[in-house]
Order: sequence, then C-alpha cells, then structure tokens
Amino acid sequence: MSLTLDDVKRVAHLARIAISDNEAQATHTQLTGIFELIAQMEAVDVSAIAPMSHAQDVVQRLRADVVTEHNLREPFQAVAPQVDAGLYLVPQVLD
Amino acid sequence: MRHATLRQLCDGLSAGKFSSVEVTQAFLNKINELNSTLNCFISVDAARSLAQAQAADALRAAGKAQPLTGVPIAQKDIFCTQGWLTTCGSKMLSNFVSPYDAHVVERFNTAGVVNLGKTNMDEFAMGSSNETSFYGPVRNPWDRDRVPGGSSGGSAAAVAARLAPAATGTDTGGSIRQPAALTGICGLKPTYGVVSRYGMIAFASSLDQGGPMARTADDLGLMLNVMAGFDARDSTSLQRDTEDYTRDLTKPLAGLRIGLPKEFFAAGASADVARAVESAIAEYRKLGCDIVEVSLPNMGLSVPVYYVLAPAEASSNLSRFDGVRYGHRAAEYSDLTDMYEKSRAEGFGAEVKRRILIGAYVLSHGYYDAYYIRAQKLRRLIAQDFTEAFKKCDVIMGPTSPSTAFKIGEKSGDPVQMYLSDIYTIAVNLAGLPGMSIPCGFDSGGLPVGLQIIGNYFSEAHMLNVAHQYQQATDWHTRAPAGIT
Repeated sequence: MSLTLDDVKRVAHLARIAISDNEAQATHTQLTGIFELIAQMEAVDVSAIAPMSHAQDVVQRLRADVVTEHNLREPFQAVAPQVDAGLYLVPQVLD
Repeated sequence: MRHATLRQLCDGLSAGKFSSVEVTQAFLNKINELNSTLNCFISVDAARSLAQAQAADALRAAGKAQPLTGVPIAQKDIFCTQGWLTTCGSKMLSNFVSPYDAHVVERFNTAGVVNLGKTNMDEFAMGSSNETSFYGPVRNPWDRDRVPGGSSGGSAAAVAARLAPAATGTDTGGSIRQPAALTGICGLKPTYGVVSRYGMIAFASSLDQGGPMARTADDLGLMLNVMAGFDARDSTSLQRDTEDYTRDLTKPLAGLRIGLPKEFFAAGASADVARAVESAIAEYRKLGCDIVEVSLPNMGLSVPVYYVLAPAEASSNLSRFDGVRYGHRAAEYSDLTDMYEKSRAEGFGAEVKRRILIGAYVLSHGYYDAYYIRAQKLRRLIAQDFTEAFKKCDVIMGPTSPSTAFKIGEKSGDPVQMYLSDIYTIAVNLAGLPGMSIPCGFDSGGLPVGLQIIGNYFSEAHMLNVAHQYQQATDWHTRAPAGIT
C-alpha cells in the first residue's frame, strides 16, 4: 500500500488543512518514509488477536442523569475569534 | 535556596526558615536572568505568582498549611490554567487565555502550591526535542547547543537549571521520561488513569498521562501525592483509594527481582548509555537485588504501532481547532471550508500537520482495518509481553533513551530518526504501565544518561522506593550543569 501524492491532497482536504502543491510534494516524501516504518506491522499474523483500545479493561462509568455543567457561555465566548449576541460567527453557509 | 529539593523547601517553609514569597522571588529572579537563553518558559506572570505565594504564607500563618503549601513549581503549558495564557506550544493557541483550570492545576491550587509559569514544549506535545514549539527550541542547560528532549523539554530544562524545584509534564510516548533523561533529572509517568486528563490538552487520549518531574524520587512522590486522584470529568480516571506515594521510600531492596529485557540491550543504545545503565544495574546488585533476564519480543513493533495509534487519536482530537470557538482564525477566507483549511494550515506547525495527515489517512475508508485495527491488535501483544515479563520480576530496567542529548537541528529534518529516539519508552504507554527515568551517569562528553524503571500497574510507590534507594547510594541526581549557580 504505497501512498500517492493524490492521497496526500485528499487526506489534507479531509483534515481541513490547506496544502500547496509544493507542500504536498514534501509531505509525500516524509510520509512515505514514515509509512515504510509503519509497514513493519505487516510482519505479524494478527488474525487471532482482539484489538486493544485502552490500557485498562474497565467498564465505562455511569452517572445519575442530572445536569452537571453550569452555563459558562460568557467566559468561553470571551476567547472566541468572532461572536455576536451569544452566537459564534462563521462565514455564511446558506444563501 | 534554589538548589534545595522540594522536600527541603517544604521543611524550611514549615520551620519558618523562609517564606513562600522569598522562595518564589528567588526562583523568579533566576528565571528572569536565564530564560532569555534557555527558553524554558512560554509565559511568566511574577505578580500572579507572588500573590499566590502571599496567600500561601497567609494559609501557613493561619495554621492551614498542607505539605506542599507555599512551594513554587512550574506547569507545562499543556495544562489549562484559568486566566493564564495556555498555548500548548502552538501558534493555534497563542492567544488562548484559558477560561478554566485543568484538574491537575486545581489540585495544586487547593494544596497552596505556587505556579512559577508555563513551560515550553513541543507543539501539542508532538516531538522528542522541543524543537517543534512555536515559541522556539528550549536549550539544554548541560550544553546549550543541544536539545533538552521533549515534549516536556521546558519543564525538564527548568528543573535541571534550578529555575523550579519541580514541574509537571505529560507523557504520551516518552515525553516525561526522555527529557528527564536528557537533562539529568527524574520524571515519572504514572499508570494510565491515575492522573486526570481533564484540562490537559489532548494529543492521544488513550496514551496521554500527566506526571511529575523533579530532582529526587522523594520529590516525585510529593508531587504525585497532589497530582493523582479520581476525577469524574475524565471518563478514564480510575477510582482508587488515596495513596501516599512516599510511604515505601525507605524499604530495603534486598531480594528485589530486576528484569532486564534482552531486546533493550540489543536495540542500539550508544556505548556510553549502555555502560552507565550497566553500572546502575551493578549498583542494584550491591543493594541485594537479583537480576533476571526477561523478554519483550514485540518491543520493536511499538514505534510503528504508536505512529498509527497516536496520530489517529490526534487527528480526531485536534479537529476541535477550527478557528470558530477559540484559537487562531485566518484573516482572509472565501467561505467556511476555506476558513477551516486556512486557519488550520496557519495555526499548526509542520510536525502537527504531518501527524494529523497520518491519522486521517489510517482512519480513512479502506485503510482502517489494515492500519488502525492491526495496530490495536499489536498493542495487545505488546501489553501481554509485559504481563509475561512481570511474572519473573518486580521491576524492569533499561535505558530511557538510546542516546544522550543530541544537537539542535540534528534530527529535525528526519522524522523517522526522531521517532526512533522514543524506542525504549513507547511500549510502556501502549501497555498503560508506569515508567520513570532517573539519572545514572554521564557520557564521555559530560551529558547525563537516564535509567528507565518500569513497574507493574499501580506500583508507583514501589518504583519510587527502588529509585530512592539508588539515590541514597549514589549522587548522580545531585549533579548540576556547569555554570548553574
């Protein structure tokens, strides 16, 4: 599975990171080296192994269905790039 | 006063030999003098630190002091600190004044501990040299042309240079232990789930763990006593009885079984590192420990597995930085997608972007099973290796890092070489085990070498005992870099 230049551009768009042709080229070279390292994983037969997502196999905690968060809109919006009347402003999406 | 350990500062404060304001001012003065060269701190707010010190002195005068009340420490700039710039070493958050405290910060505040400032780090904790910071590289106090390691490089260099008696760090693949080794200090990554991740800016959530950095094992225990504790706001925080992590420090080590993984010594540590680690093992023999050979056959897979899992989690975690709710927003854009893409392209540095792209790729349609699921399966094999090894031994030892501190710029153009500098530490994070590094000697150039001690789950108090006994018999941990007065 070798990574192509188009893969790099496609993934950059998926990750919402603008990338120029020159940057994509340089990134492609570096990622190819990293994926050669990652390819070492293919040497092992993993068919009988269960995936491990977390270090401790503990059960997810449950809690009472009550409100625990209080309203922090003002302090949170104080650090936002652009707000108005309690709303986060972004470029218009619908005409 | 600045050369005192955390324990000595606590004792001095409690005996009334000096005040918190005096101690804090002494450290702030030295930070002011050295930070322009070492670049350990991203932000310092002397007025605020001194106000905390005054409050701590008042608490003590009122008879309400806790063990660490009034001692000053440094906080890695990954921990959200209310009203304080919290950048995570990134341009993306270069304007982010946190509206809330991380759990760890809350606990230090409650304990009356003074914050000296926020330490420099690799951007979003992604790096092993502190060179990926938007705020520039940190310089190693032992040789200012060299890196302090990373990602907790600012915390490590600050403690080594006596700009703070202790500091917080975080460790996703070695980010506490490797910089501790490269700067000649001690660092402990606790068992996953012991320290809450709430307010600790997320990199790879299934691996990230906060922990202490200091100059002695005893001081690590004092720090961990404050940092550890259940927090309902972190769904992976473990509900356990409160421990005193210093309780076992003085126990003798006779009969302790130390496991040496044969793969650690075959994996290409430099001759100087291998020699220092072997001398440390010889010292442990003198303390009555038994040495047994163990095997971690899948250790070599830990770096490839990590560079699938950590970027996958990072690509998801860092999707929150979109230029809408906080952080950097591009000045010009044509529409919403363009705003996201430009804000993120401008706000993130090269290494962070690289890891987001790796993560997005391995999680994308058609590749998920081949990369992500395969890596999770191998993660189980790596964790099982440790379970087997701990049937034969009580702790595992080896090098922390294959080399001592390398030159600034030496590896920054070659990500794969940089990634391999965490070869000895990554498997511990994948398994969720506690690991620590303590100084155990110097290379021929006078640069410090770290000994890694890996324990079984929740054995932090025992590991600190193992480290403390070594520090009673040796003096490597007391050495200071030349010119640090």
